[in-house]
Amino acid sequence: MELFINQVLAGIATGAIYACMALAVVMIYQAIDHLNFAQGEMAMFSTFIAWQLMQWGVPYWWAFLLTLVFSFAGGIAIERLLFKPLAKAPVLTNVAGFIALFAIVNSVAGLTWDFTIKQFPTPFGSSPFLGSQLISTHQAGMIGVTLGLLILLYLFFQFTRIGLAMRAAAALPESARLVGINTSWMIALGWGMAAAIGAIAGILIAPVVFLEPNMMGGVLIYGFAAAVLGGLSSPLGAVVGGFLVGVFENLVGTYIPGVGNELKLPIALALIITVLVLKPAGLFGRPIVKRV
Amino acid sequence: MSAADEVANEARPVEATPKRAMTLGIGASLVMLALLIIGPMFVKNFIVFQLTMLLIYALAVLALNILTGGSGQFSLGQSAFYAVGAYTSAILIEHFGVNYALTLPVAGIICFAFGYLFGQPALRLSGIYLALATFALAVAMPQLLKLGVFEHWTGGVQGLVVTKPDAPFGLPISQDRWLYYFTLVVAIGIYIASVNLLKSRSGRAFMAIRDNEIAASAMGVDVALYKTLAFGISAGITGVAGGLGAIAVQFVAPDSYTITLAIALFLGMVVGGVGWLPGSIVGSAFIIFVPNIAEEVSKGLSGAVFGVLLFLVIFLVPHGARQVAMVAQGMLGKLRKG
Repeated sequence: MELFINQVLAGIATGAIYACMALAVVMIYQAIDHLNFAQGEMAMFSTFIAWQLMQWGVPYWWAFLLTLVFSFAGGIAIERLLFKPLAKAPVLTNVAGFIALFAIVNSVAGLTWDFTIKQFPTPFGSSPFLGSQLISTHQAGMIGVTLGLLILLYLFFQFTRIGLAMRAAAALPESARLVGINTSWMIALGWGMAAAIGAIAGILIAPVVFLEPNMMGGVLIYGFAAAVLGGLSSPLGAVVGGFLVGVFENLVGTYIPGVGNELKLPIALALIITVLVLKPAGLFGRPIVKRV
Repeated sequence: MSAADEVANEARPVEATPKRAMTLGIGASLVMLALLIIGPMFVKNFIVFQLTMLLIYALAVLALNILTGGSGQFSLGQSAFYAVGAYTSAILIEHFGVNYALTLPVAGIICFAFGYLFGQPALRLSGIYLALATFALAVAMPQLLKLGVFEHWTGGVQGLVVTKPDAPFGLPISQDRWLYYFTLVVAIGIYIASVNLLKSRSGRAFMAIRDNEIAASAMGVDVALYKTLAFGISAGITGVAGGLGAIAVQFVAPDSYTITLAIALFLGMVVGGVGWLPGSIVGSAFIIFVPNIAEEVSKGLSGAVFGVLLFLVIFLVPHGARQVAMVAQGMLGKLRKG
């Protein structure tokens, strides 16, 4: 039983990271109807920026804030420069664009900071949380930050004018434009926020998986699985999906014999396919209806 | 106008290619063919090997082109079919001593079945969802190949070594050249078959589905059948390419068939021009030679160079090689008149 509780808690902690990645994926999906295959690489790049700032002696939380600002600006810049011109292009061209972005970011990060594995500090420490042996303070911190982020986003989308405008631009772009919302900039804002959320995920997971250019590969796939499970059109779904996927991953790895680390990835993928086939709209998503 | 309508109307997976624009004129085809036949006679064995790989990847890109350019379905998972084809050939040659030429049809049939079956759940997905599902397949494949259960057949992580065939009938040419011409014959056969397929009733059904699925089904096209059929045919051709690849490289291992291969094939199709079959060879050349060139420009930055080139293609020539060929054709026409 202790093992079970332990695995569930550990699952919730990694699930928090998947939830952040899924949230970032959903932000961009809401804005432009495409999955950002380069989301993980963008997050990795942000994490390297944070690391670099800390190497220069900037205190942790300042580095954290500066990285968020930088990522936000970077996300907007990428949208303006590269993906705004592709808005009317077919899905295929966009996927190719995301792959190109993936290759560029990965290669530039590798060249700037090389491919050796780096330690990344955690502000929460790694002692047992509240005297319990089950979960470390860093894991508790990951969960706490993710929940805080979710609450902030909820407040932003529900109670601010600009949040309302972003929701309108995502739901009904034509009508939103008619009532004077600058939908194009709302998309850019979505990109900026997604990049910043991705940066948070990267900074939180880096102490666990260590910092290197390919660190986000697996995390992104779990993020996709979480986003699909929760329904790609629902931020709340993305977070719930993230936690569920994290717990599922850990329990399957513990209790089903023969599923070691090497099969964890195929399991995430089997999950994606199963959800897509059985319930394409996910748990919280709104089904896509085609009008004939 | 709701968001749902936009999904149905605006966000098309691929741009439609008119049927006549899918092939090359007779003159250009003959010139290309002559180049492919004569070229390898005068170069070193290593370059012959690279040209063989060029043809093999061109086949794989062609297969993806039939699926995406023809029937409008996505796949980021072609490396999985390629891997199955390669392993089928390798296992048949090494464990059962089957002649290498005979393993190719088997690889094709097995991959056709695999693709057809995968096409069943994929029926319910479209656009970006299908890209995600096939992406999942490609990422999972190397790990499945490493599984202990199959280790007796697949050789596990170490993979299998395949012996290279000699030229038959005592022909006085090197193994590499023989394999090149063998591949060329297979490639030409498949190319002609593909062109004819797209001209046939089935091909028209594919394109009808690509252009408007609902209209196609209203016209009596069996959408489910033709979509899975497109997946099967594409997987089958990719499987033959994979089998040839295994024979040419003389080695199969799980890590040769990662998502990187699937992405490369996808990029090859985009660069060659979606839906333009002759573009497959241009796309294949791009994915084989450009990484080498990028590596020479700057070591370590090859990914960045590759990505930047890709963005240039997307922005400047969004229809890839097809667009370049059309422009060239237009200019030639003007020269003749003037």
